[in-house]
Amino acid sequence: MHTHYYDSHDLPRFGEIGKDAPELAEKFFAWYDAVFAEGALTEREKSLIALAVAHAVQCPYCIDAYSQDCLRKGSDVEQMTEAVHVAAAIRGGASLVHGIQMRGHAERLGM
Amino acid sequence: MTPVAAPSAHRVLPTLQKRHAPLAAAAEQRAVLARVPVARSFEDALADAGLFPLRATGIEILQLNVGRKCNQTCRHCHVDAGPDRTEMMPDAVVDRCLEIIESTDIPTVDITGGAPELHPRWRELVTRARAAGKEVIDRCNLTITLLPNYAYLPRFFAEQGVHVIASLPHYRQKGTDTQRGDGVFEESVTALRRLNALGYGKPGTGLVLDLVTNPVGTFLPGNQKALEAEWKRQLLRLYGIEFNALYTITNMPIARFLDFLEETGQLGEYLERLVTAFNPAAAAGVMCRNTLSVGWDGTLYDCDFNQMLELPVDARAPRTVFDFDLEALARREIVLGPHCFGCTAGAGSSCGGATAG
Repeated sequence: MHTHYYDSHDLPRFGEIGKDAPELAEKFFAWYDAVFAEGALTEREKSLIALAVAHAVQCPYCIDAYSQDCLRKGSDVEQMTEAVHVAAAIRGGASLVHGIQMRGHAERLGM
Repeated sequence: MTPVAAPSAHRVLPTLQKRHAPLAAAAEQRAVLARVPVARSFEDALADAGLFPLRATGIEILQLNVGRKCNQTCRHCHVDAGPDRTEMMPDAVVDRCLEIIESTDIPTVDITGGAPELHPRWRELVTRARAAGKEVIDRCNLTITLLPNYAYLPRFFAEQGVHVIASLPHYRQKGTDTQRGDGVFEESVTALRRLNALGYGKPGTGLVLDLVTNPVGTFLPGNQKALEAEWKRQLLRLYGIEFNALYTITNMPIARFLDFLEETGQLGEYLERLVTAFNPAAAAGVMCRNTLSVGWDGTLYDCDFNQMLELPVDARAPRTVFDFDLEALARREIVLGPHCFGCTAGAGSSCGGATAG
Protein backbone atom coordinates (compact mmCIF):
# COMPACT_ATOMS: atom_id res chain seq x y z
CA MET A 1 0.00 0.00 0.00
CA HIS A 2 1.48 3.33 -1.05
CA THR A 3 1.49 6.05 1.57
CA HIS A 4 1.80 8.83 -1.00
CA TYR A 5 0.67 9.44 -4.57
CA TYR A 6 3.96 10.73 -6.02
CA ASP A 7 7.33 8.93 -5.93
CA SER A 8 10.45 10.32 -7.68
CA HIS A 9 11.58 6.74 -8.36
CA ASP A 10 8.59 6.37 -10.67
CA LEU A 11 10.08 8.79 -13.21
CA PRO A 12 12.75 6.38 -14.60
CA ARG A 13 10.01 3.70 -14.68
CA PHE A 14 7.94 5.71 -17.19
CA GLY A 15 8.68 3.11 -19.88
CA GLU A 16 6.81 0.45 -17.88
CA ILE A 17 3.58 2.12 -18.98
CA GLY A 18 3.99 0.04 -22.14
CA LYS A 19 3.58 -3.27 -20.31
CA ASP A 20 -0.06 -3.86 -21.10
CA ALA A 21 -0.38 -1.68 -24.16
CA PRO A 22 2.98 -1.96 -25.97
CA GLU A 23 1.81 -0.70 -29.38
CA LEU A 24 0.27 2.42 -27.91
CA ALA A 25 3.34 3.11 -25.76
CA GLU A 26 5.63 2.60 -28.73
CA LYS A 27 3.62 5.09 -30.76
CA PHE A 28 3.57 7.56 -27.89
CA PHE A 29 7.32 7.43 -27.20
CA ALA A 30 8.24 7.61 -30.89
CA TRP A 31 6.00 10.66 -31.29
CA TYR A 32 7.36 12.14 -28.06
CA ASP A 33 10.97 11.79 -29.28
CA ALA A 34 10.04 13.33 -32.63
CA VAL A 35 8.35 16.26 -30.90
CA PHE A 36 11.51 17.12 -28.96
CA ALA A 37 13.93 16.70 -31.87
CA GLU A 38 15.48 19.83 -33.37
CA GLY A 39 13.13 21.32 -35.97
CA ALA A 40 11.91 24.84 -36.60
CA LEU A 41 12.53 25.25 -32.87
CA THR A 42 15.81 24.23 -31.22
CA GLU A 43 15.94 21.41 -28.68
CA ARG A 44 16.72 24.04 -26.03
CA GLU A 45 13.65 26.12 -26.88
CA LYS A 46 11.43 23.02 -26.82
CA SER A 47 12.82 22.04 -23.45
CA LEU A 48 12.00 25.50 -22.03
CA ILE A 49 8.45 25.23 -23.39
CA ALA A 50 8.17 21.78 -21.77
CA LEU A 51 9.38 23.21 -18.47
CA ALA A 52 6.78 25.98 -18.59
CA VAL A 53 3.98 23.56 -19.48
CA ALA A 54 5.16 21.21 -16.70
CA HIS A 55 4.46 24.04 -14.26
CA ALA A 56 1.14 24.87 -15.87
CA VAL A 57 -0.02 21.26 -15.53
CA GLN A 58 1.87 20.99 -12.20
CA CYS A 59 3.47 17.64 -12.99
CA PRO A 60 6.35 16.97 -10.55
CA TYR A 61 7.81 14.28 -12.83
CA CYS A 62 7.94 16.71 -15.74
CA ILE A 63 9.37 19.48 -13.56
CA ASP A 64 12.15 17.11 -12.42
CA ALA A 65 12.86 15.86 -15.94
CA TYR A 66 12.78 19.23 -17.68
CA SER A 67 14.75 21.10 -15.01
CA GLN A 68 17.59 18.67 -15.77
CA ASP A 69 16.95 18.75 -19.50
CA CYS A 70 16.94 22.56 -19.68
CA LEU A 71 20.29 22.76 -17.87
CA ARG A 72 21.82 20.10 -20.12
CA LYS A 73 20.60 21.93 -23.20
CA GLY A 74 22.30 25.13 -22.15
CA SER A 75 19.62 27.14 -20.38
CA ASP A 76 20.45 28.72 -17.05
CA VAL A 77 18.30 29.20 -13.97
CA GLU A 78 17.40 32.78 -14.86
CA GLN A 79 16.05 31.70 -18.25
CA MET A 80 14.21 28.76 -16.66
CA THR A 81 12.66 31.04 -14.03
CA GLU A 82 11.45 33.38 -16.76
CA ALA A 83 9.88 30.38 -18.54
CA VAL A 84 8.00 29.47 -15.34
CA HIS A 85 6.76 33.07 -15.09
CA VAL A 86 5.41 32.73 -18.64
CA ALA A 87 3.43 29.69 -17.50
CA ALA A 88 2.24 31.51 -14.39
CA ALA A 89 1.28 34.60 -16.40
CA ILE A 90 -0.81 32.52 -18.78
CA ARG A 91 -2.48 30.71 -15.90
CA GLY A 92 -3.14 33.98 -14.07
CA GLY A 93 -4.22 35.75 -17.24
CA ALA A 94 -6.53 32.86 -18.13
CA SER A 95 -8.34 33.34 -14.82
CA LEU A 96 -8.43 37.09 -15.07
CA VAL A 97 -9.64 37.30 -18.66
CA HIS A 98 -12.70 35.26 -17.63
CA GLY A 99 -13.52 38.26 -15.47
CA ILE A 100 -14.85 39.83 -18.66
CA GLN A 101 -17.47 37.03 -18.76
CA MET A 102 -18.28 37.76 -15.13
CA ARG A 103 -18.69 41.43 -15.93
CA GLY A 104 -20.95 40.56 -18.88
CA HIS A 105 -23.15 38.40 -16.66
CA ALA A 106 -23.27 41.07 -13.97
CA GLU A 107 -24.16 43.71 -16.52
CA ARG A 108 -26.97 41.60 -17.91
CA LEU A 109 -28.33 40.74 -14.46
CA GLY A 110 -27.88 44.11 -12.85
CA MET A 111 -29.79 47.31 -13.11
CA MET B 1 24.70 44.96 -27.40
CA THR B 2 24.99 44.24 -23.66
CA PRO B 3 27.52 46.54 -21.95
CA VAL B 4 30.20 44.94 -19.85
CA ALA B 5 31.70 46.71 -16.85
CA ALA B 6 35.40 47.42 -16.53
CA PRO B 7 37.60 44.57 -15.23
CA SER B 8 37.51 44.14 -11.49
CA ALA B 9 39.19 41.74 -9.11
CA HIS B 10 37.33 38.44 -9.13
CA ARG B 11 36.61 36.20 -6.20
CA VAL B 12 39.34 33.72 -5.29
CA LEU B 13 38.73 30.78 -2.96
CA PRO B 14 41.35 28.81 -1.03
CA THR B 15 42.42 25.57 -2.68
CA LEU B 16 41.90 22.17 -1.04
CA GLN B 17 45.61 22.19 -0.34
CA LYS B 18 45.49 25.54 1.41
CA ARG B 19 42.50 24.39 3.47
CA HIS B 20 44.44 21.23 4.43
CA ALA B 21 41.42 19.26 3.20
CA PRO B 22 41.93 15.47 3.17
CA LEU B 23 40.92 15.44 -0.52
CA ALA B 24 44.00 17.53 -1.34
CA ALA B 25 45.83 14.18 -1.33
CA ALA B 26 45.47 12.10 -4.50
CA ALA B 27 45.51 8.87 -2.46
CA GLU B 28 42.50 10.07 -0.47
CA GLN B 29 40.67 10.95 -3.70
CA ARG B 30 41.35 7.47 -5.09
CA ALA B 31 40.16 5.89 -1.84
CA VAL B 32 36.93 7.93 -1.82
CA LEU B 33 36.20 7.00 -5.43
CA ALA B 34 36.95 3.31 -4.77
CA ARG B 35 34.44 3.24 -1.90
CA VAL B 36 31.50 4.37 -4.04
CA PRO B 37 29.40 1.33 -5.01
CA VAL B 38 28.81 1.24 -8.77
CA ALA B 39 26.88 -1.21 -10.95
CA ARG B 40 30.04 -2.37 -12.74
CA SER B 41 33.71 -1.51 -12.89
CA PHE B 42 35.10 0.58 -15.75
CA GLU B 43 37.19 -2.42 -16.80
CA ASP B 44 34.02 -4.55 -17.07
CA ALA B 45 32.24 -1.85 -19.05
CA LEU B 46 35.17 -1.72 -21.49
CA ALA B 47 35.29 -5.52 -21.69
CA ASP B 48 31.57 -5.62 -22.59
CA ALA B 49 32.33 -3.12 -25.35
CA GLY B 50 35.27 -5.23 -26.60
CA LEU B 51 37.78 -2.54 -25.62
CA PHE B 52 39.62 -4.14 -22.69
CA PRO B 53 42.53 -3.86 -22.18
CA LEU B 54 42.45 -0.33 -23.51
CA ARG B 55 45.57 0.52 -25.47
CA ALA B 56 46.99 3.74 -26.86
CA THR B 57 46.77 4.03 -30.63
CA GLY B 58 49.70 6.44 -30.93
CA ILE B 59 50.78 9.82 -29.59
CA GLU B 60 49.29 12.70 -31.53
CA ILE B 61 49.13 15.15 -28.63
CA LEU B 62 51.81 15.87 -26.07
CA GLN B 63 49.99 17.61 -23.24
CA LEU B 64 52.24 19.51 -20.84
CA ASN B 65 50.87 20.49 -17.46
CA VAL B 66 53.47 23.11 -16.61
CA GLY B 67 52.21 23.98 -13.13
CA ARG B 68 49.29 24.30 -10.77
CA LYS B 69 49.41 28.02 -10.13
CA CYS B 70 46.35 29.87 -11.40
CA ASN B 71 44.80 33.29 -10.89
CA GLN B 72 41.38 31.62 -10.60
CA THR B 73 39.90 28.99 -8.28
CA CYS B 74 37.07 27.41 -10.25
CA ARG B 75 34.76 25.27 -8.17
CA HIS B 76 34.97 22.26 -10.51
CA CYS B 77 38.77 22.32 -10.98
CA HIS B 78 40.23 18.81 -11.13
CA VAL B 79 43.73 20.25 -10.63
CA ASP B 80 42.89 22.12 -7.41
CA ALA B 81 44.75 24.98 -9.03
CA GLY B 82 44.93 28.43 -7.49
CA PRO B 83 47.15 31.37 -6.59
CA ASP B 84 48.56 29.54 -3.57
CA ARG B 85 49.90 26.57 -5.57
CA THR B 86 53.65 26.62 -6.13
CA GLU B 87 54.31 23.56 -8.29
CA MET B 88 56.06 24.67 -11.51
CA MET B 89 57.80 22.57 -14.12
CA PRO B 90 61.54 22.88 -13.36
CA ASP B 91 64.12 23.78 -16.03
CA ALA B 92 65.42 20.23 -16.46
CA VAL B 93 61.90 18.98 -17.29
CA VAL B 94 61.18 21.91 -19.62
CA ASP B 95 64.49 21.27 -21.42
CA ARG B 96 63.68 17.57 -21.82
CA CYS B 97 60.14 18.35 -23.06
CA LEU B 98 61.63 20.70 -25.66
CA GLU B 99 64.03 17.95 -26.78
CA ILE B 100 61.08 15.58 -27.19
CA ILE B 101 59.06 18.21 -29.07
CA GLU B 102 61.96 19.02 -31.39
CA SER B 103 63.09 15.45 -32.03
CA THR B 104 59.79 13.61 -32.60
CA ASP B 105 56.96 13.96 -35.10
CA ILE B 106 54.23 14.34 -32.47
CA PRO B 107 52.12 16.97 -34.26
CA THR B 108 50.42 18.79 -31.39
CA VAL B 109 51.69 20.34 -28.17
CA ASP B 110 48.88 21.12 -25.73
CA ILE B 111 49.94 23.37 -22.84
CA THR B 112 47.82 23.43 -19.72
CA GLY B 113 48.03 24.12 -15.98
CA GLY B 114 46.93 25.99 -13.73
CA ALA B 115 47.19 29.02 -15.90
CA PRO B 116 50.08 27.80 -18.09
CA GLU B 117 51.08 31.34 -19.07
CA LEU B 118 52.26 31.92 -15.48
CA HIS B 119 55.21 29.57 -16.08
CA PRO B 120 58.38 31.64 -16.63
CA ARG B 121 59.34 29.57 -19.70
CA TRP B 122 55.86 29.27 -21.23
CA ARG B 123 56.75 31.76 -23.98
CA GLU B 124 59.86 29.81 -24.89
CA LEU B 125 57.88 26.56 -24.98
CA VAL B 126 55.38 28.09 -27.39
CA THR B 127 57.98 29.74 -29.62
CA ARG B 128 60.20 26.68 -29.94
CA ALA B 129 57.29 24.29 -30.45
CA ARG B 130 55.93 26.55 -33.21
CA ALA B 131 59.40 26.81 -34.76
CA ALA B 132 59.48 22.99 -34.77
CA GLY B 133 56.29 23.08 -36.85
CA LYS B 134 53.91 21.92 -34.14
CA GLU B 135 50.35 22.97 -33.61
CA VAL B 136 50.40 24.63 -30.19
CA ILE B 137 47.28 24.68 -28.02
CA ASP B 138 47.11 27.01 -25.05
CA ARG B 139 44.40 26.24 -22.50
CA CYS B 140 43.63 29.77 -21.45
CA ASN B 141 41.37 30.90 -18.62
CA LEU B 142 40.95 34.29 -20.41
CA THR B 143 41.21 36.45 -17.25
CA ILE B 144 44.99 35.97 -17.20
CA THR B 145 45.20 38.16 -20.30
CA LEU B 146 43.87 41.11 -18.28
CA LEU B 147 46.59 41.02 -15.63
CA PRO B 148 49.10 43.83 -16.22
CA ASN B 149 52.10 41.54 -16.74
CA TYR B 150 50.20 39.34 -19.17
CA ALA B 151 48.46 41.91 -21.34
CA TYR B 152 50.94 40.96 -24.10
CA LEU B 153 49.30 37.55 -24.43
CA PRO B 154 46.61 38.15 -27.10
CA ARG B 155 49.11 39.70 -29.52
CA PHE B 156 51.68 36.99 -28.74
CA PHE B 157 49.05 34.29 -29.38
CA ALA B 158 48.29 35.86 -32.75
CA GLU B 159 51.92 36.33 -33.77
CA GLN B 160 52.71 32.70 -32.94
CA GLY B 161 49.47 31.32 -34.39
CA VAL B 162 48.61 29.64 -31.11
CA HIS B 163 45.37 27.64 -31.05
CA VAL B 164 43.56 29.16 -28.07
CA ILE B 165 41.14 26.96 -26.16
CA ALA B 166 39.40 29.07 -23.56
CA SER B 167 36.96 28.23 -20.79
CA LEU B 168 33.52 29.78 -20.76
CA PRO B 169 30.93 27.55 -19.09
CA HIS B 170 28.01 29.76 -20.08
CA TYR B 171 27.26 32.72 -22.34
CA ARG B 172 25.57 34.47 -19.45
CA GLN B 173 27.14 35.86 -16.32
CA LYS B 174 25.43 33.87 -13.63
CA GLY B 175 26.53 30.38 -14.69
CA THR B 176 30.07 31.43 -15.50
CA ASP B 177 30.61 33.32 -12.24
CA THR B 178 29.02 30.53 -10.18
CA GLN B 179 31.59 28.07 -11.51
CA ARG B 180 34.65 30.27 -12.04
CA GLY B 181 34.31 33.10 -9.49
CA ASP B 182 32.50 36.43 -9.25
CA GLY B 183 33.65 38.86 -11.92
CA VAL B 184 35.18 36.19 -14.18
CA PHE B 185 32.44 36.51 -16.78
CA GLU B 186 32.97 40.23 -17.32
CA GLU B 187 36.71 39.79 -17.61
CA SER B 188 36.26 36.84 -19.96
CA VAL B 189 34.06 38.91 -22.28
CA THR B 190 36.68 41.66 -22.35
CA ALA B 191 39.41 39.11 -23.13
CA LEU B 192 37.34 37.46 -25.87
CA ARG B 193 36.69 40.83 -27.50
CA ARG B 194 40.42 41.55 -27.54
CA LEU B 195 41.09 38.17 -29.15
CA ASN B 196 38.36 38.82 -31.72
CA ALA B 197 39.89 42.23 -32.49
CA LEU B 198 43.14 40.46 -33.43
CA GLY B 199 41.27 38.11 -35.76
CA TYR B 200 40.76 35.17 -33.40
CA GLY B 201 37.54 33.28 -34.09
CA LYS B 202 36.99 35.19 -37.33
CA PRO B 203 36.62 33.35 -40.64
CA GLY B 204 39.65 33.33 -42.92
CA THR B 205 42.25 34.47 -40.36
CA GLY B 206 43.53 31.00 -39.44
CA LEU B 207 43.51 32.14 -35.79
CA VAL B 208 41.52 29.51 -33.94
CA LEU B 209 39.59 30.34 -30.80
CA ASP B 210 37.64 27.44 -29.32
CA LEU B 211 35.57 27.56 -26.15
CA VAL B 212 35.03 24.92 -23.50
CA THR B 213 31.89 24.50 -21.44
CA ASN B 214 31.68 22.34 -18.34
CA PRO B 215 28.20 21.93 -16.83
CA VAL B 216 27.58 24.33 -13.96
CA GLY B 217 26.36 21.51 -11.75
CA THR B 218 26.06 17.75 -11.53
CA PHE B 219 24.31 17.15 -14.85
CA LEU B 220 25.92 15.83 -18.02
CA PRO B 221 26.66 18.17 -20.91
CA GLY B 222 24.08 18.39 -23.68
CA ASN B 223 24.58 17.89 -27.40
CA GLN B 224 27.82 19.63 -28.38
CA LYS B 225 26.67 20.79 -31.82
CA ALA B 226 23.37 22.17 -30.51
CA LEU B 227 25.10 23.97 -27.63
CA GLU B 228 27.70 25.38 -30.02
CA ALA B 229 24.98 26.84 -32.23
CA GLU B 230 23.32 28.41 -29.19
CA TRP B 231 26.60 29.76 -27.73
CA LYS B 232 27.49 31.29 -31.13
CA ARG B 233 24.10 32.92 -31.55
CA GLN B 234 23.95 34.29 -28.02
CA LEU B 235 27.56 35.49 -27.71
CA LEU B 236 27.24 37.35 -31.00
CA ARG B 237 23.84 38.79 -30.08
CA LEU B 238 24.74 39.81 -26.53
CA TYR B 239 28.43 40.74 -26.79
CA GLY B 240 29.41 40.72 -30.46
CA ILE B 241 31.80 37.81 -29.78
CA GLU B 242 32.74 35.16 -32.35
CA PHE B 243 34.55 31.86 -31.87
CA ASN B 244 35.26 28.68 -33.83
CA ALA B 245 34.09 25.58 -31.95
CA LEU B 246 32.56 24.74 -28.58
CA TYR B 247 33.77 21.70 -26.66
CA THR B 248 31.59 20.12 -24.00
CA ILE B 249 33.56 18.57 -21.15
CA THR B 250 32.00 16.50 -18.36
CA ASN B 251 32.94 17.48 -14.82
CA MET B 252 35.33 14.89 -13.41
CA PRO B 253 34.87 13.61 -9.86
CA ILE B 254 38.41 14.69 -8.95
CA ALA B 255 39.82 17.33 -6.56
CA ARG B 256 37.47 20.30 -6.09
CA PHE B 257 34.51 18.80 -7.98
CA LEU B 258 34.92 15.62 -5.93
CA ASP B 259 34.95 17.78 -2.81
CA PHE B 260 31.77 19.54 -3.98
CA LEU B 261 30.06 16.18 -4.63
CA GLU B 262 31.06 14.87 -1.21
CA GLU B 263 30.03 18.05 0.57
CA THR B 264 26.61 18.09 -1.06
CA GLY B 265 26.04 14.34 -0.67
CA GLN B 266 25.82 13.79 -4.43
CA LEU B 267 28.88 11.65 -5.10
CA GLY B 268 27.08 8.31 -5.36
CA GLU B 269 24.30 9.75 -7.50
CA TYR B 270 26.78 11.50 -9.82
CA LEU B 271 28.94 8.40 -10.33
CA GLU B 272 25.80 6.36 -10.97
CA ARG B 273 24.80 8.94 -13.59
CA LEU B 274 28.19 8.55 -15.31
CA VAL B 275 28.10 4.74 -15.13
CA THR B 276 24.53 4.53 -16.44
CA ALA B 277 25.44 6.80 -19.37
CA PHE B 278 28.45 4.65 -20.44
CA ASN B 279 28.64 4.82 -24.23
CA PRO B 280 30.88 2.29 -26.04
CA ALA B 281 31.24 4.65 -29.02
CA ALA B 282 32.52 7.39 -26.72
CA ALA B 283 34.87 4.91 -25.04
CA ALA B 284 36.50 4.00 -28.34
CA GLY B 285 37.44 7.65 -28.88
CA VAL B 286 38.79 8.56 -25.44
CA MET B 287 41.68 11.03 -25.52
CA CYS B 288 44.14 8.89 -23.54
CA ARG B 289 44.52 6.71 -26.65
CA ASN B 290 46.25 9.47 -28.61
CA THR B 291 47.53 11.77 -25.85
CA LEU B 292 50.49 11.63 -23.51
CA SER B 293 50.25 13.85 -20.44
CA VAL B 294 53.38 15.24 -18.75
CA GLY B 295 53.24 16.36 -15.12
CA TRP B 296 55.10 19.38 -13.79
CA ASP B 297 57.79 17.08 -12.36
CA GLY B 298 58.25 15.16 -15.64
CA THR B 299 56.15 12.11 -14.73
CA LEU B 300 54.16 10.67 -17.63
CA TYR B 301 50.43 10.00 -17.43
CA ASP B 302 47.68 8.81 -19.77
CA CYS B 303 45.71 12.00 -19.18
CA ASP B 304 45.49 15.09 -16.98
CA PHE B 305 42.89 13.35 -14.80
CA ASN B 306 45.16 10.38 -14.05
CA GLN B 307 47.87 12.97 -13.39
CA MET B 308 45.83 14.61 -10.64
CA LEU B 309 45.04 11.19 -9.13
CA GLU B 310 48.77 10.36 -9.33
CA LEU B 311 48.20 7.33 -11.53
CA PRO B 312 51.26 7.31 -13.83
CA VAL B 313 51.38 5.35 -17.10
CA ASP B 314 51.56 1.56 -16.99
CA ALA B 315 54.67 0.36 -15.16
CA ARG B 316 55.82 -1.54 -18.28
CA ALA B 317 56.17 1.77 -20.16
CA PRO B 318 58.71 4.55 -19.50
CA ARG B 319 57.32 6.69 -16.69
CA THR B 320 59.18 9.99 -16.97
CA VAL B 321 60.26 12.35 -19.72
CA PHE B 322 63.86 11.39 -18.94
CA ASP B 323 63.36 7.84 -20.20
CA PHE B 324 60.84 8.82 -22.90
CA ASP B 325 60.50 6.17 -25.62
CA LEU B 326 57.94 7.01 -28.27
CA GLU B 327 57.56 3.45 -29.53
CA ALA B 328 56.98 1.94 -26.10
CA LEU B 329 54.60 4.71 -25.03
CA ALA B 330 52.63 4.72 -28.28
CA ARG B 331 51.23 1.24 -27.61
CA ARG B 332 51.01 1.33 -23.81
CA GLU B 333 48.08 -0.09 -21.89
CA ILE B 334 45.97 2.69 -20.38
CA VAL B 335 45.65 2.89 -16.58
CA LEU B 336 41.97 2.91 -15.57
CA GLY B 337 39.79 3.82 -12.61
CA PRO B 338 36.17 4.63 -11.78
CA HIS B 339 36.75 8.29 -12.74
CA CYS B 340 37.18 7.12 -16.37
CA PHE B 341 33.38 6.86 -16.60
CA GLY B 342 33.50 10.67 -16.81
CA CYS B 343 35.05 10.46 -20.28
CA THR B 344 32.67 7.81 -21.61
CA ALA B 345 29.30 9.13 -20.42
CA GLY B 346 26.77 10.18 -23.04
CA ALA B 347 28.49 11.67 -26.05
CA GLY B 348 31.86 11.29 -24.29
CA SER B 349 34.24 13.93 -23.04
CA SER B 350 37.82 14.87 -23.72
CA CYS B 351 40.11 17.89 -23.91
CA GLY B 352 38.77 18.10 -27.47
CA GLY B 353 35.13 17.85 -26.40
CA ALA B 354 32.65 15.06 -27.18
CA THR B 355 34.17 11.84 -28.54
CA ALA B 356 31.04 10.31 -30.12
CA GLY B 357 28.50 11.87 -32.47
